Amino acid sequence: MSKHTLATLVAGLAILILLPFTQSNYGVFVLCSWLVYSISAMGLNLTLGYAGQVSLAQASFMGIGAYTTALMTMAGVPWPAAMIAAMVLCFVIGFLLGYPALRVQHHFLAFITLAFNALVVLMLRNEEWLTGGTYGIVGIPRPELFGLQTQKPLAFYFFVLALFVLMAVALYAIIRSPWGRAFKALRENPIRANSLGVDIRKTTLLAFAIGSSYGGLAGSLLAQLTQFIDPHSFGLTISLKVLLMVIVGGAGFFFGPILGALLIVLAPEFLRFTEGYYLMIYATLVIVLMVFCPTGLLGLVERGRTALKLRQNPNATTWEAGR
Amino acid sequence: MNTFFQLFVSGLATGSIYALAAIGFTLLWQASQTINFAQGEFIMLPAFFVLAGTQFLGLSFPVAMAIAVVLSLLLLGLGFKRIIIDPLLPHGVLPIVIATIALGILMKEGVKQFYTAEALPFPALFSDRTLNVLGAAISVQDIAVLLIALGAVALLQLFLNGTKIGRCMQATAQNPNVAEILGVPVRRMILYTFLINAGLAFLASILISPIYLAKFSNGETLGLIAFIAAIVGGFNQIRGALAGGLLLGVIDNLSAAYVSASYRSAVPLILLIIIILVRPQGLLGKAEGRTV
Repeated sequence: MSKHTLATLVAGLAILILLPFTQSNYGVFVLCSWLVYSISAMGLNLTLGYAGQVSLAQASFMGIGAYTTALMTMAGVPWPAAMIAAMVLCFVIGFLLGYPALRVQHHFLAFITLAFNALVVLMLRNEEWLTGGTYGIVGIPRPELFGLQTQKPLAFYFFVLALFVLMAVALYAIIRSPWGRAFKALRENPIRANSLGVDIRKTTLLAFAIGSSYGGLAGSLLAQLTQFIDPHSFGLTISLKVLLMVIVGGAGFFFGPILGALLIVLAPEFLRFTEGYYLMIYATLVIVLMVFCPTGLLGLVERGRTALKLRQNPNATTWEAGR
Repeated sequence: MNTFFQLFVSGLATGSIYALAAIGFTLLWQASQTINFAQGEFIMLPAFFVLAGTQFLGLSFPVAMAIAVVLSLLLLGLGFKRIIIDPLLPHGVLPIVIATIALGILMKEGVKQFYTAEALPFPALFSDRTLNVLGAAISVQDIAVLLIALGAVALLQLFLNGTKIGRCMQATAQNPNVAEILGVPVRRMILYTFLINAGLAFLASILISPIYLAKFSNGETLGLIAFIAAIVGGFNQIRGALAGGLLLGVIDNLSAAYVSASYRSAVPLILLIIIILVRPQGLLGKAEGRTV
């Protein structure tokens, strides 16, 4: 990591720490949901952007995480245990769901995960004795840190921010590790990766499972943020929303999903004045975006950078100019 | 036994409409590797073209139908291909998936905003009398829907196998590069495929709307069921999509009656997962070459 990048990161973190003080309670809530969705999108980015597996089930992992945390904390289990349990459960389920990924890929995997998401929502809705059915669960407690309550929006924001930074650093470490390189090799060329000794089976499953556990954590934070969950919050639309965050920001770029989440979470706030036409405008924007920059915004930046380098040094091949 | 037979026949009727949607889906996939996640909305929309024609423009029903066919072919066939698929195709499957999902939302919200969020009655094409067959009450509408849908599929098969254009389309579907070398106008064949898909969507729309009413959200379940039908039957085969559609229609109807009503919609999903795991090419499909 260069000095330049490090300085940018520190500045970014400083902004994230100072920003909530200028915001109303609602502003802090929006910031919190951005961070929460960023965590979920980071996980999906590992599955999709780095390991190249299309998943439409991220919201179902958020749901599993949210219900696990809610049910356990309300039954008196301390919050760290509940949140870790949520992550572990999602890891295991993601690992099991990843098995189909070994048999089928691409659009087939998209359909399997889509069906899985729909099944999870059905169960959340129908098993009323456990999940409260369509009425959901109300009054989920927020965690207590060193005797400090995070009931206030600002305190909870810093709790979420700390976990966000922790998960981002963890993801960075995973991507830089031999595992992470194996993920990338798998995405670029599965056959070559296999011939170089990458265990496709293990690597794919791991990417899926780790990505899912990120979704689980995001779900548990979402449950504590809104203090109310129902099956509707974890439907297919939410999975698509998270997928869109990854694609809009730029799949396979570390900061892609974080940028994407910012845009997708803020878009409704900016388009609020359009009222009923909001979803139509939103859908049109997505189509336009897909047509003009399918690699996402960071992909667009990267393309611009390469073009600039090529202009400075016309003899360089695209690859030499930094791909 | 009588109720079973009744459920079976009406299952076949709705199944044949699923099959129309599923066949369009497989045709698009074969011709240009396009997965149309807005397929359900493609079926929802044409009924509203007809309703808009009769209610706002005061046209007679047949004239409104004729205009709706043309509109469907232009917008859902030509427009869809030119505006959305052509620019996106070079970027692979994922952007198309996202863009067609967005297109579905756009169409759904468009109808809701500019037309109505209410469920509107759609003129019945056939009488709603019931016939007594082997002691079971079978509605004439169900039989007519089944016959028309199967007739359309038979015509499509005749067209694909019996005419020169049809064979060119099949060649394009199998291998566009070779077809191009052999002098097949590949681009035009792909366009025909999109037009046929739009035509099938129109047919499905006017067959299902009298039964389910015309509503902006009709596409949600229809689209999903059509995909499941296509995959279960074998998504690179027309007869696979047909079988899958009929099978799902029957299963859907029977599970609503005999399995728990709350888990009714889980049955097709579980079937989908089992099929993909056990036989990814579908019940009647041929295995495609896989990279890994």
